[in-house]
Amino acid sequence: MFAYVVRRVLATIPVMAVVALFVFSLLYIAPGDPAAVIAGDQATPDDVERIRASLGLDRPYLVRFGAWVFDILRGDLGVSIFTNLPVSLMIKQRLEPTLSLMVVTLILAVSIAVPMGVIAAARVGTFIDKLVMGFAVLGFSVPVFVVGYLLAYIFALELEWLPVQGYTPFSNGFFPWMENLILPAIALGSVYIALIARITRASMLEVLQQDYIRTARAKGAGLRSILFLHALKNAAVPIVTVIGIGIALLIGGAVVTESVFAIPGLGRLTVDAILRRDYPVIQGVVLLFSFTYVLVNLIIDILYTLFDPRIRY
Amino acid sequence: MASASVLSPGDVSAANVAVAAPMGDIMPPVKARHGFWGFLYRNPSIAIGGAIVLTMVLMAIFAPLLTYADPTSLAPARRTREPSAQYWFGTDMLGRDVYSRVIYGARVSLIVGFSVAVLASIAGLTIGLVSGFVRWADSIIMRVMDGMMSIPPILLAIALMALTRGSVQNVIIAITIAEVPRVSRLVRGVVLSLREQPYVDAAVAAGTRTPVIIWRHILPNTIAPMTVQATFICASAMIVESILSFIGAGTPPIIPSWGNIMAEGRALWQVKPYIVFFPAVFLSITVLAVNMLGDGLRDTLDPRMAKRI
Repeated sequence: MFAYVVRRVLATIPVMAVVALFVFSLLYIAPGDPAAVIAGDQATPDDVERIRASLGLDRPYLVRFGAWVFDILRGDLGVSIFTNLPVSLMIKQRLEPTLSLMVVTLILAVSIAVPMGVIAAARVGTFIDKLVMGFAVLGFSVPVFVVGYLLAYIFALELEWLPVQGYTPFSNGFFPWMENLILPAIALGSVYIALIARITRASMLEVLQQDYIRTARAKGAGLRSILFLHALKNAAVPIVTVIGIGIALLIGGAVVTESVFAIPGLGRLTVDAILRRDYPVIQGVVLLFSFTYVLVNLIIDILYTLFDPRIRY
Repeated sequence: MASASVLSPGDVSAANVAVAAPMGDIMPPVKARHGFWGFLYRNPSIAIGGAIVLTMVLMAIFAPLLTYADPTSLAPARRTREPSAQYWFGTDMLGRDVYSRVIYGARVSLIVGFSVAVLASIAGLTIGLVSGFVRWADSIIMRVMDGMMSIPPILLAIALMALTRGSVQNVIIAITIAEVPRVSRLVRGVVLSLREQPYVDAAVAAGTRTPVIIWRHILPNTIAPMTVQATFICASAMIVESILSFIGAGTPPIIPSWGNIMAEGRALWQVKPYIVFFPAVFLSITVLAVNMLGDGLRDTLDPRMAKRI
């Protein structure tokens, strides 16, 4: 067990190194002079020269990469070209809304999707099953921002139950905070719910065919306890895997959801950075999100051994 | 197929075998449906999805014939008109006709969807095959793919687009790069499992050269899962394109695309929701159709995968 954890942690190092190299190299993959690319179309030669100096383009590639990695390890993500503020500071200021949105979405999605999948599997072939599967296909097909606008139009503009846009910090109280997050969370969660519900159904269908389920039935266990205690526990591994992998969807979707609902988070920071070609900020955000994603999946992999003692590595 | 030939009437007609009475009077007659239409009848999701996709393709091709106004002509005098008999979907902030823009917008979505599906499949097939056959390259390639897969695809496409000028071509390249790692992993998995098949062992034993084995035995078996995968890539590429255009990092604003129209309607959506509504509906229906097509193809072409998901 301990050896496995160590090996698994060590295995993420090359992955993170590739991510870092890729994010660093992006600037040099693009055709043309990287300094001119960052400076954009309206730049003067002076601007290009200033950026060239700040990138240290006169030094060899690998030396630059090494220095960059070293800076990151110290928590220094560089300085924004547009605001001249440290990127790490800009990220810190925008972290809370995004983190709130993601956590609320995650909790909401899992608590809706897993029961949905379980019920669909228990009633396989019936109307309920078809409804859940139909919803799943719909969830995959309707883009996040379309769901967002639809929800905002119905629940905020027409019914006026919830605020249309904006964000209230958690320090202003739980309910104001939640009021602003509920619609974005449902919008962002729609794909995620579809994905988790589908996997839960498939995984449950497989488990429900097992002998021990028939045994549980024969000894008189109630349907609910069979489904949620016996079956769900054994179906958990693929479900938890997909919850981890699906976080990539949440990260990508957050960028758009924050634009629709005017939430001042990392997604908005990314969008603003793109429009201003503020490359250090984009690099910082991509790197942060990717590392978070790798770490979450690492933790999930380690949790497997707790969920399923049969897994031996 | 095999079981059908074993039980064919020819085998049972031997004298010492008891032949059951014809069941025609017990069983209700089943209307046999053969050929193309029978296939569509048995696979409604392929039929419906395919029909919608075909309609959208025709709509994109014949856009000039279907519209009554130039999608890019500005007319500030008639801006933000509500949908009416004259302007079917209304007009936007600059007075452009939303109906014409939505019809023309189908072109960008479909071109991006199909191009990314084809390019990502070709690149993924090549990388997956190399990875599955060249042992020393495998671990290097897969580490790189793992790394790229750790960057959420939309974010990767955004980062790539931030570096280049917005153009349909660059959008296609950016989304393709973001999709390739997943395809490569899929192909590699298929190749590795195919390499264990007895017929591949037999081909190796018979002295068949590796390129011939790949061409004759491996490639044909990757077609079914690749077709299914390509359909889902097409759907996801359409969504990513609309997201990129929506946040202003995709198709340049001069070209009408569904994402662009929504981006332009964003500022006014609380008062003029129809500008966002119509492209959203077209986009959702198209992606839904492609996904339905993919689900149907998976059920018919790749039953093993269908069982898993």
